[in-house]
Order: sequence, then C-alpha cells, then structure tokens
Amino acid sequence: MVRLNIMKKHLLFPLIDDRQIKSVRAGDEVEISGTIYVARDAAHKKLADALNKNKPLPLPLKGSIIYYMGPTPAPPGKIIGSCGPTTSSRMDKYTLPLLQSGLKATMGKGGRSEEIAAGCKKYKAVYLIAYGGCGAYLNRFVKKSECFAYCELGPEAIYKLEVKGFPAIAGIDIKGKNIYNK
Amino acid sequence: MKKISSEKIIAEVAKLVERTAYRIPAEVKTALMKSYRAEKAGSGKKYLGIILENLMAAEKERLPICQDTGLAVFFVELGCDVIINTGRYRTIEDIINEGLRRGSKNSYLRRSIVSPVERKNTGTNAPGVIHLLPGEKGKLEITLLAKGFGSENTSRLAMLSPNSGKEGIEEFIIETVRQAGSLPCPPIFVGAGIGGSFEKAALLSKIALCRMGGKSPYRKWEKFLVKKLNSLKIGPAGFGGKTTALDVRIETFPTHIAGLPVAVNISCWAHRTGTVTL
Repeated sequence: MVRLNIMKKHLLFPLIDDRQIKSVRAGDEVEISGTIYVARDAAHKKLADALNKNKPLPLPLKGSIIYYMGPTPAPPGKIIGSCGPTTSSRMDKYTLPLLQSGLKATMGKGGRSEEIAAGCKKYKAVYLIAYGGCGAYLNRFVKKSECFAYCELGPEAIYKLEVKGFPAIAGIDIKGKNIYNK
Repeated sequence: MKKISSEKIIAEVAKLVERTAYRIPAEVKTALMKSYRAEKAGSGKKYLGIILENLMAAEKERLPICQDTGLAVFFVELGCDVIINTGRYRTIEDIINEGLRRGSKNSYLRRSIVSPVERKNTGTNAPGVIHLLPGEKGKLEITLLAKGFGSENTSRLAMLSPNSGKEGIEEFIIETVRQAGSLPCPPIFVGAGIGGSFEKAALLSKIALCRMGGKSPYRKWEKFLVKKLNSLKIGPAGFGGKTTALDVRIETFPTHIAGLPVAVNISCWAHRTGTVTL
C-alpha cells in the first residue's frame, strides 16, 4: 500500500526552475496550478514526426507539463467537459525526446516503463498520476480551456488549460523512484 | 405479434446512451462503496473516495462519469414475433446507430470512434458494435455497455488445450489481470467467456460483463476467483490494497473435444451498462 504524505506539494506550471519538483517524492499528493498542455496518442505521433524532421513544435516544452487526456465537449455554460486521464504507457515511446527537450512533467494514469523512470531521473522530471475515470470531478479544477494545436484532431488535439489545485499523486520522482515498482 | 416504430427505438436508445454515461448501475456503486469501507487509509482509499465523489459530480453536473465515454456495444435481443416499422431506415443497425448518434450529441459525449487504419474520426461517436440475438417472444430488449478502452486493451483470449481444466482457466484469468496491473483503472470487473469457438468465447466474455445480479450456476467459482484476484494486491489505481476485482462473471458454452477457448474481458470500475425493454 502506498502511504500518503499528508503534506500536499504545490506545483505551478510552467516551472521556472527545478526547486519545486525537487521536493516531490513518489507517493506524494500534488496540486497543480497554472498552464497545462493536453495531448494523447494522435498528437504525440505528430509531435514525434515534427521532432524527427527537426521542425518546430507547436507548444513550448521548457518547464511544461503534458497531460494525457481527451476531454468530452463542454456542455453549454461549462469550461470543459469530463476531463480525466488516459493510460500513460501508450505514450512511453514518445516521451524521452520530449523530456530531453525540456518537458518537466507528464500526467496520466497507470504505470510506465522503466525507461520513463530512468528518463525522469536523467532529465529531472516527474510523472504524475491523475485520478482515473474521475473526469466529472476533475472538471471543477479547470479554469480555462482552448484548443491550442492540431485542432483538426478533435478530441485528440492539443489543448491548453489553466488549472487551479488540480489533484494528482506523484508516480515517478526526479530520483526515478516509481510507486508501481515494489 | 408486436409492432414497434423506428422512432420509438431511436428515442429509447438515445435515452439509454445518455443515462449510461452519467450514472452507473446501483450494483456497481454498492460494490465501490463496500470496497471504500474495506480499504485501509492510504492512496487507494483516497482514490475510492474521489471515485464516489466523481459519481455524485457526474449526476449533479450532468457530466459524463469518465471522458472516455466508450465504444457503445449493444446486445439487441429481438423476439421472433416483433415487427419493426423501419420507416426511412434500412436495418435495425441503422436505427440503433441513429439513437446512439442522437444520445451522444444530446449529452455531449466524446467522439471517440475512428476508422481503424486511417484513424479518421466519424465525428458522431457512431457506429456502435451491435450484436443481434434471438430474444423472448413479444419483446425487444436492448442492453448497452459503454466500453472504455483503457480496460478493453488489457483483455485477452486463449485457445487452451482441452485438458487444461479448471486450473488452466483460472491461471489464464489471473495472469490476464496480473498483466493488466494498473492500466485498466482497477478495481475492475472481469467477464470470462469459456467454451464455444474463438469468437463465441469473446462474445460470451462481454455478455458476462453485462450480467447484473449475482445469479449464476458458477457463482461459487466466481466468488473464489474474486478472492484470488484480490490476493494479487494490485488495488485501486494499482496503488496496492484489498480490492483489485469488484466482481467476476462467467458465461459458458459447449465446445469441441479438441479445444478450450477462454476469453477474459476487463472493465474499469466505471462499469457503464444499462438495459431498455420495449
């Protein structure tokens, strides 16, 4: 059983330096505020293609967080629809080059490969676990939402969100400690 | 003989699609509450608490329980004396897909359906996977399973050897859940289809997931398997803990002397299913 550290760690994105994530340990409860970028399978494929061809990426990676998610459409009067995480391991094969380019955090659900844990250690990044299947609950932490890039992909586009106090649990910390690895 | 109009079916399917996205069956909620009470303090219990809060938020705010509103799988049980006035529709599949499109639009469900090779989004959340089955006389019964794909991806099928027996079946079910680990949003529901042919076993495993209520000739075995799966200690979200499986459901069909097909279909805790009878 993963024990909860009662002290919540706060992370404000984009990160200015490593100070905030240094104190985050695998198993910690984390609250995220600031700007987060949303991307899942199809967008990751496009990002990988762009990196391979040395083309500029549509989003700033330095100090950023990518949230693996595809929201439901916003009903009238709401900022976004249901917005919980998707399975992170599908994005494993695209993640290391992004961490190398300055991405500081990823967020999704479920375990990830040892390469990702090693990558988090090497590039001083964290992997956060959002509460799977809880998209209706997570809606309240999103304060702004816009389609940011690859909008033709619909639910698989890159979205830019402003969040406040978005809850998660640290899955992998900057020392490469992985809570799924017992 | 019973006559049903296509418009009636469309309206009822649309309502079923909407209802299923916002509200899980009472039985599923009860199982989640029980598992919340059973877990010791820690991140697993915290997750279950948020799951219960999420269920309330979904109903109150009219937001889908999960942003993966699923691939709609329909079991359509059609009585032999039921006549459908198709109107401008060609087949019963067209009629049900129209209901799915309408329900998805009305309730702001995600458009998750794409062509498999080109990955082009259909833009309507349709088509659903529709299984037409012979049903009881005088009745049209439609069951929907809004199937999330995080859990669908962890499902497996094996053609076991005929002498594998009960132990071989158990081993395959347990190994499937062990391999799935944290990925399918545990605590999970497990549907096992045993026997028949390659595709029959897969179909049975999904039918098993739709069965509500504990009644089954295999209830004792199902409960035994729940215990076995919980001893894997994967726990809520894979954080460790007492509940890995909320339930196991088994469906069987006679098979060939040379084989033993076994399919294991996994569903996340957000097990969204419902039935409408016309």
